[in-house]
Amino acid sequence: MFRDIRPALVLLFGLTVLTGLVYPLAMTGIAGVLFPSQAAGSLITIEGKVVGSSLIGQSFTGDRYFHGRPSATTAADPEDPSKSVPAPYNASNSMGSNLGPTSKVLADRLEVDMTALRKENPGAAVPVDLVTTSGSGLDPDLSPAALLFQVPRVAAARGLPEEQVRRLVESQVQDRLLGLIGEPRVNVLALNLVLDRAAAGR
Amino acid sequence: MTLNGWIQILIFCAIVVALVVPLGWYMTRVFEGARTPLSIVLRPVELVLYRLGGIDESREQDWLAYTVSMLVFHVGGFLLLYALLRLQVWLPLNPQEMSAVPPELSFNTAVSFITNTNWQNYGGESTMSYLVQMLGLTHQNFLSAASGIVLAVALIRGFSRVSAHAIGNFWVDLVRCTLYVLMPLCILFTLFLVWQGVPQTLGPSVEATTLEGAEQTIAVGPVASQVAIKMLGTNGGGFFNANAAHPFENPTALSNLVQMVAIFALGAALTNVFGRMVGDQRQGWALLGAMGVLFLAGVAVTYWAEAAGSGPLNALGLDGGNMEGKEVRFGIALSSLFAVITTAASCGAVNAMHDSFTALGGMVPLINMQLGEIIVGGVGAGLYGMLIFVIVTIFVAGLMVGRTPEYVGKKIEAREVKMAMLAILILPLMYLGWTAVAVVLPPAVASIANPGPHGFSEVLYAYTSQTANNGSAFAGLTGNTPFYNITGGLSMLVGRFCVIIPAMAIAGALAAKKRVPASAGTFPTHGGLFVGLLVGVIVIIGGLTFFPALALGPVVEHLAMTAGTTF
Repeated sequence: MFRDIRPALVLLFGLTVLTGLVYPLAMTGIAGVLFPSQAAGSLITIEGKVVGSSLIGQSFTGDRYFHGRPSATTAADPEDPSKSVPAPYNASNSMGSNLGPTSKVLADRLEVDMTALRKENPGAAVPVDLVTTSGSGLDPDLSPAALLFQVPRVAAARGLPEEQVRRLVESQVQDRLLGLIGEPRVNVLALNLVLDRAAAGR
Repeated sequence: MTLNGWIQILIFCAIVVALVVPLGWYMTRVFEGARTPLSIVLRPVELVLYRLGGIDESREQDWLAYTVSMLVFHVGGFLLLYALLRLQVWLPLNPQEMSAVPPELSFNTAVSFITNTNWQNYGGESTMSYLVQMLGLTHQNFLSAASGIVLAVALIRGFSRVSAHAIGNFWVDLVRCTLYVLMPLCILFTLFLVWQGVPQTLGPSVEATTLEGAEQTIAVGPVASQVAIKMLGTNGGGFFNANAAHPFENPTALSNLVQMVAIFALGAALTNVFGRMVGDQRQGWALLGAMGVLFLAGVAVTYWAEAAGSGPLNALGLDGGNMEGKEVRFGIALSSLFAVITTAASCGAVNAMHDSFTALGGMVPLINMQLGEIIVGGVGAGLYGMLIFVIVTIFVAGLMVGRTPEYVGKKIEAREVKMAMLAILILPLMYLGWTAVAVVLPPAVASIANPGPHGFSEVLYAYTSQTANNGSAFAGLTGNTPFYNITGGLSMLVGRFCVIIPAMAIAGALAAKKRVPASAGTFPTHGGLFVGLLVGVIVIIGGLTFFPALALGPVVEHLAMTAGTTF
């Protein structure tokens, strides 16, 4: 057993340096050269200001923008840091709702959201991703159906023809990789940026 | 369920199977000490480490010395990590000024990472400095994975050597595994992940102003290098709280596919290493076949249950499956597949929140872990876990025909069977025992997030995951309390080392035996009959052990859900 102490210490030290410092630092250096944008977090900058990351969803509440999925992330309560308060799309505290399949809290939340959505677009079927929280609370995407559902609201708020807004949504759909892997989706932030440009250019 | 969903599942399986032979060939060479294409770069590093450590490459150890070396090494790793966690506030590379981690949480976390569990009672982006993430956690991701692999290799040598005393040199195996297997794969994988969008930076969190004018603080960090090893090493500890559901850890469907393959790649290839070392690759394929049967059964159940949706969703006429806690880019099929993979292996990374799965969809991950994660399993741990079940199966087969059982030319006798049973029985003692204690202690019950049977499942899942060294969670449970931190830490220690020690004892006993030539009375262990028997033994032992507990949790919840009850 005592014979093991020297190799244990040397390998612990040597492999710690290799795997815990050399490897991540070298990767940081190489990644920064090969893929500088992704390595820094795929940030979107407009006129020198960071407006977000193309991979991280953000909270939209006004009628003028397409909304992403409900988000269950929280932040520390400013009044009492030991408690937390809802803070949708808090990108420094990712989490899901963790509500189970027999949760009354979940059933009640769905009921409230469904009522609001049915009022917004009566008669249309509500897509499931529009009322369920994502695993990370930061899901940047929605299904095409969930965005088409919101077209009447956004078009009215913007004073744009519905047909034009619908075409904008359709132009942003990313299909499955090779037609097979993943799910068809639209990046909500990217769509809203295109929407801003379309509205400004009119 | 959709045709496209099943095609995606089959594409995944095809890639894993295609990698078995090349990776198996390469790893066999590494552990036989043969030259590899990378030797020209890595051999000098290897020799420096041996010289400094006073390690004689040619001197091998018996099973006890091998195990003791492993334990001493892990004690050192534990102390180092514990110190880093407690002291992070005074150490560099802490741009978000994270404070020192409290003692119970540090204990739980340090145990968690040295045992390859990566159970996390904390949110990474809100608790750990970059230094701890790299020097403490990334580094243990490598070493706990390497130690799992080398222990499996040592057990394989027990089967393959004849009348031998030694089963290899722990230090040499550890170094070669880290340098030749894990490092090169991780370097390639990291660059792939960054290309896909995973950040790799030492800069602080980014302050953004959203389109609607709100402030958004976006946590970044050296993420890709940790994600690479957390998948390949089946560690599973996320850089971020939401783990592989976080778009920065798993940004695209392609990154998701490659991460899933990475979880299974080394574990599946070890079956081929086994086949090669015992001189009959069919033996390896038979083990992988048994794993495949159990795996696909699990995928089918979870995918079906999730696609069918949950009670509250269906009550409102929302179709499209249970999307609560799932990401749009993965959908139902890839979230279900990931959940089964991560619990079949001892990874524990999640790309969807298991707590929000349907009762039956969430039961499959529980069963996978309670079987001891032998379906491919953790790197190394899965193979030695499976070989333990093989010994029991062979014993049962021997009883049926009244003949001393033998496996790959080795007689399986009383000592091996006793050790195998010890390793199998110690796991339920932990996860059933602690669950029983927790659900009657009021402070422990207070941690439960979802009332009703789902709350029981949360506790059962927590102890199962920690005992099985998985690390995934029904994450609603507030695990960061002194009770859960300490009892969970003990479960992880027992779940890891109380399986390893009997497994190594078996390795030592087997290595010493002579080889028995196959005769007409030998039960062939490379065919369908053996695979069926092995699957049967696993299911029966598992079923008898934990079905009562499952009946109280997921089964009751499913019945409640179909009856429209909420809690």
